[in-house]
Amino acid sequence: MKEIIEKRIPFTKEMKKTHTLLVPTMLSMHFSIIVNILRAYGYKAELLTNSGRNLISAGLKYVHNDTCYPAQLVIGQFLDAINSGKYDVHRIALVIMQTGGGCRASNYIYLLRKALRRAGYGYIPVLSVNLSGIEKNSGFKITIPMWHRMVYAAFYGDLLLTLKNQTLPYEINKGDTDALIDKWISRLAEEMSHKLLRYKKIKKNYAEIVKDFAAIPKNTTPKPKVGIVGEIYVKFSPIGNNNLEDFLLSEGAEPVVPGLVDFCLYTIKNADIDYKLYGRGGYLKVFLHNFAYRFLIKKQNDLINTIKENSDFRPMTSFDEVPDMRKGIINLGVKMGEGWLLTAEMIELIHSGVNNIVCTQPFGCLPNHIVGKGMMKPIREKYPNANIIAIDYDAGASKINQENRLKLMLFNARENMGREIEDVSKPVRNRIK
Amino acid sequence: MLDIKINSYGKTLIGIDVGSTTIKAVVIKDDGVVFCDYFRHMSQVREKLVHLLNEISEYADDEVYMAISGSAGLGVAQECGIPFVQEVFATAETVRLLAPDTSVVIELGGEDAKIIFFEGGTDERMNGTCAGGTGAFIDQMATLMNVSPDELDKLSLNYERIYPIASRCGVFAKSDIQPLLNQGAKKENIAASIYQAVVNQTIAGLAQGRRIDGKVLFLGGPLYYLKGLRQRFKETLRLNDDNAVFPEYGRFSVSIGTALYALKQAEPVNLSDIKAKLMSERTAVNHIPVSSPLFENEEEYGKFIDRHAAASVKKADIEKYCGKAYLGIDCGSTTTKLVLLSENKELLYSYYNSNMGNPVDVVKYQLEMIYRITGNRITIAGSAVTGYGEELIKHAFNADAGLVETMAHFIAAKHFMPEVDFILDIGGQDIKCFKIRNGTIDGIMLNEACSSGCGSFIETFARALGYGIEEFSRLGLYAKHPVDLGTRCTVFMNSSVKQAQKDGAEIGDISAGLSMSIVKNALYKVIRANSADDFGNNVVVQGGTFLNDAVLRCFERELGRNVVRPNIAGLMGAFGSALYAMSLNKESSGLISPDDLKQFTHTAKAVTCNGCGNHCHMTVNTFGNGKKFVSGNQCERGLGIAPATDEVPNLYKFKRDYILSLPETDGKRGTISLPLALNMYELAPLWHALFTTLGFNVKLSGMSTRDLYVKGQHTIPSDTACFPAKLMHGHIEKLIEDGAENIFYPALSYNIDEGTSKNHYNCPVVAYYGELLYSNVDFNGVRFLFPYLNINKPKELVKELITFFQEFFPKQRIDKREIKKAVKNGFKAYDDYMNKVRAEGKRAVEYAKVTGKRIAVIAGRPYHIDSEINHGIDKLLTSLDFVVVSEDSVSDSVKPVEVNVLNQWTYHSRMYNAAEFAIETPKAELIQLVSFGCGIDAITTDEIREMLEKNDKIYTQIKIDEITNLGAVKIRLRSLIEALNERDN
Repeated sequence: MKEIIEKRIPFTKEMKKTHTLLVPTMLSMHFSIIVNILRAYGYKAELLTNSGRNLISAGLKYVHNDTCYPAQLVIGQFLDAINSGKYDVHRIALVIMQTGGGCRASNYIYLLRKALRRAGYGYIPVLSVNLSGIEKNSGFKITIPMWHRMVYAAFYGDLLLTLKNQTLPYEINKGDTDALIDKWISRLAEEMSHKLLRYKKIKKNYAEIVKDFAAIPKNTTPKPKVGIVGEIYVKFSPIGNNNLEDFLLSEGAEPVVPGLVDFCLYTIKNADIDYKLYGRGGYLKVFLHNFAYRFLIKKQNDLINTIKENSDFRPMTSFDEVPDMRKGIINLGVKMGEGWLLTAEMIELIHSGVNNIVCTQPFGCLPNHIVGKGMMKPIREKYPNANIIAIDYDAGASKINQENRLKLMLFNARENMGREIEDVSKPVRNRIK
Repeated sequence: MLDIKINSYGKTLIGIDVGSTTIKAVVIKDDGVVFCDYFRHMSQVREKLVHLLNEISEYADDEVYMAISGSAGLGVAQECGIPFVQEVFATAETVRLLAPDTSVVIELGGEDAKIIFFEGGTDERMNGTCAGGTGAFIDQMATLMNVSPDELDKLSLNYERIYPIASRCGVFAKSDIQPLLNQGAKKENIAASIYQAVVNQTIAGLAQGRRIDGKVLFLGGPLYYLKGLRQRFKETLRLNDDNAVFPEYGRFSVSIGTALYALKQAEPVNLSDIKAKLMSERTAVNHIPVSSPLFENEEEYGKFIDRHAAASVKKADIEKYCGKAYLGIDCGSTTTKLVLLSENKELLYSYYNSNMGNPVDVVKYQLEMIYRITGNRITIAGSAVTGYGEELIKHAFNADAGLVETMAHFIAAKHFMPEVDFILDIGGQDIKCFKIRNGTIDGIMLNEACSSGCGSFIETFARALGYGIEEFSRLGLYAKHPVDLGTRCTVFMNSSVKQAQKDGAEIGDISAGLSMSIVKNALYKVIRANSADDFGNNVVVQGGTFLNDAVLRCFERELGRNVVRPNIAGLMGAFGSALYAMSLNKESSGLISPDDLKQFTHTAKAVTCNGCGNHCHMTVNTFGNGKKFVSGNQCERGLGIAPATDEVPNLYKFKRDYILSLPETDGKRGTISLPLALNMYELAPLWHALFTTLGFNVKLSGMSTRDLYVKGQHTIPSDTACFPAKLMHGHIEKLIEDGAENIFYPALSYNIDEGTSKNHYNCPVVAYYGELLYSNVDFNGVRFLFPYLNINKPKELVKELITFFQEFFPKQRIDKREIKKAVKNGFKAYDDYMNKVRAEGKRAVEYAKVTGKRIAVIAGRPYHIDSEINHGIDKLLTSLDFVVVSEDSVSDSVKPVEVNVLNQWTYHSRMYNAAEFAIETPKAELIQLVSFGCGIDAITTDEIREMLEKNDKIYTQIKIDEITNLGAVKIRLRSLIEALNERDN
């Protein structure tokens, strides 16, 4: 019986020199910077950019078809890349994030290894990026300075995401926003390779970025804002959500996407909640988590203040306020998948004036039965203006049906906005202060 | 014409609704509707629109205000530069204008179902990914019953009873309807049951916790035409004639709303311009992934045909043949196949056709035919029946033998390829594949539950596009750019095809694409193949679908090797049966004689068995000679045979009896009610003892029933959740009805730690379903308690319960000492229960050892013991002479196993250990029960299968959902037994 257990292929010190780390796409801006951090620390790393139907075919072939769609896509993306002939298959390693928890998503890394073995690539090492120190590899260690940099990569990414979404729909000269993003990504990536990481410099960058975006000439006609929440992969990844952001833009809407830092904070906070609810985890673990939590909140508030001080852009809501927003709707104990965060994010969006929400999930997503679809009734009761639509994504869902449902939400969004505009005259946006 | 007044402000308004199957158009002029039309577009949207606009020009000026709506209208609207309006939005506009006092709108279309609530802020909903109860579904079901939709409607009005039919998806429904048809249930009843399924689906899928009451407006084509459907809605929603409104404009509500939207446009358009745009060349093929043509030229095709011609059965002339003959009948789920073979295994006669909803009649007619042709020249020396209708046909006509489908197919395949090691059969409704190892059937895979994509769906498509199946598949052979349509469920294939057409794909491209989809679906979804090596070297393909050369070609291409397709691919079951009949070596068959056949009559009557709590719906078939055949029962009791299986250990029954025997007491502190769903099947002893110790009376909601499920379905917010979770809603409703004071279902992120896995989570659904219930169920003043508790540390639990009782039962003044004692008793009761289960498990294994019986290890989860969830599988197993043990009764008897996936859920961890137990124990076979929609089982199934197969054990998986029919399961288990028997010999 025991022989069926396959040994994990370790990533050795020698491999660090020879092997290229392949990183799947989820958030292109965040991950571009992160890949550069890896490079700065001596790894060969590459962000995968392949997309299209081949991914899905490869995923369907090697992953159980009832497994969540993100697993199929992430694994499909890896296999498609491996099969592309672009890489020396004996000189690559695959990097995957592991969050853990009671959701089946914690199994991705195992499913990836399984798929690799099935496809005849069992020798390719798979690396886990996680906070819990599981699955150690002699040749791969994310050191404290690296984590430190990754934290700021996440903040930079969230900042760019927030500003992009408030600029792109309104830019007068097509391409201004994208050009600016490219400029900043390469600059930030370059800075990440510097020996010294100074917070002062980072804050200066924040301000510069904000000013740069504010300086882009924009239309002032308001567009309906549409929030995107959901399972983390389909929420963020254009591969996962059939280019949802682009679709919303093409329909004349402004996408609003709560950032990655929120998800990290949610994960960290759960340690504290687990301790309070069940007495699990021990004091030290909780203390460390709470310390990290306060630290990140403080940094997020700095970022928010920079946005406020330098522009009229709508900053992200401080995560400090987010957990309480779900009060009366869902308990903080719901911690699998996106858990209470998803519900809280919907409410946070409504509080910040974004009544139109797309709740994305892979077909059959277990936690979202509860935290997404299960919470729509109480949210609608509490906020009658909420215009929420749930969209399921999987290899079998057809784009035309998804878009038709999104259009329904958008029609209502425009109509509701028409009513609002009659009442209030909107202020001029994004003035540089 | 529609008699409605609409202010058109002196303009001509045109609203066109291009739905998935039909086009609906209205022209509004001079404050009234001057033109309206409703017709099927056969997916030729542009052509039909040009025609429509020509007609419209007689009623309208050239300058008009026009808009388009509907799921198939988006592309056309974009191409012609006409404003597009979303159809639900359009409907709401219409209703606000024409029926402003409406509370709820229910609109059914071809592929969509919608509900709009108008009270308390408009709330619009459309069906999500699973699209059960829609017009297309009804059409599909009518086809299945071999009647037109109109006839179906007429039939439904004369129903006597309603059968439960799974409504979520056509594939599910078919599995319920087919056996009813085969068992001879009355068409009237089935028709009404289909409509009831549509109604249930609409309520379960869309109402999501909101009550449908007030004035309800019913719109859309199906609700306009189908009187029976209207009746079902009215009865189910308890509406009277005043608050159930079926307006004359029902079919046109979207078109009217679309016209109203057109009115808002600043600029008019010219009809002639639009016509010109519609007729202009389409944009070239763009952006659709295509593959190379199936065949480059006729020469290539010719070679292909010649190669396959080698696998043919010789024919002999039935008009001349004298001697013995052997009859094989395959009474499948939708078709009946019949083969008559000569002594030299030549084909004398064959029949392949739809069983017209009544296989008994079909077989009777065919036998008459054979007797007429053969007269006294031929003696039928043996007869055998296989397929879903095996027992019915065998009883009706007194055939010599019945054999399980898999065996019949294996025998047939061996005839063409003695060393066959893989058989793939794609029929009209199902996909079956068997692996053969050492001359016996080893693994069986069937398409279950969702996402079929079987043969009939090409046929349905061909018909929808206005082609016969043969012509349609021929078009695909040489198509230049076969489209990649992916592998998806039939319902959504429609929209993929629409998308492809929008992108410029031609019929041939689509035909070839559909063939590829079928093949990929079979390979990757059903068989879960990784490479051609999974198939072995000798593959026989069969089933009617493989007679389609395009499908065969796609399969060989995808597999990368040649396969054998017999020329009688569609008749293999019957052929195998005939060969089997021959092997019986009889002088003459006991088959009904020509004289008796003349007297043969058949009547079917529906009854409910009251032999046990399952209340099976049965059909009693009576034949002319007074013989009776009862079908539809889960056990043998309904047949009037006393069950001889009571003494055989059945852990499922043991656990059920144990849980149900938890006593009620006089609760001086009040009553706590526990819904017997999800993890309560296992934790009831704990909570029961805990609360009882504290002086509460504890009430359980009891085992699930179909009625109980229906009772709660209107509060289900996510229709893709698993069935065990959905049942929870019924249990809560029942407790509320029974006058509960407090309902308790705690939130438990962590399950009991049994020390066998890396973590011990509950799945998210089990853990947090209380949150969902609290938010979606109308508790009507009953207190619903779902505290977050830790059931691993008694000390923690005590702490948590102190807070809990202080908050919710402050007046009771329950002190720490009491709680401590209660927790202690609770855990003791839980341990007692688990120990008893394990002891009974040991006894069962011992019993099996002594008696030599086989052991069925059912790997499921605690809630699978509910007969409404497992549909009586445990009883079926005992009737097949298995000793039944559950995963939790044996999982501790082996050392904890290590697996290749993250093992972190307590319930699922037990299943891995149960698999290990099955591996280590002789004569133990594992049967995994998988609830449709259980995400975690997607991980466990693969792992358990791998574990078993590496150890030469057969893996059997049974997917269960609402479907109540055990037909497929029976075939599955009988095949398993056959395979085991052969192995043992």
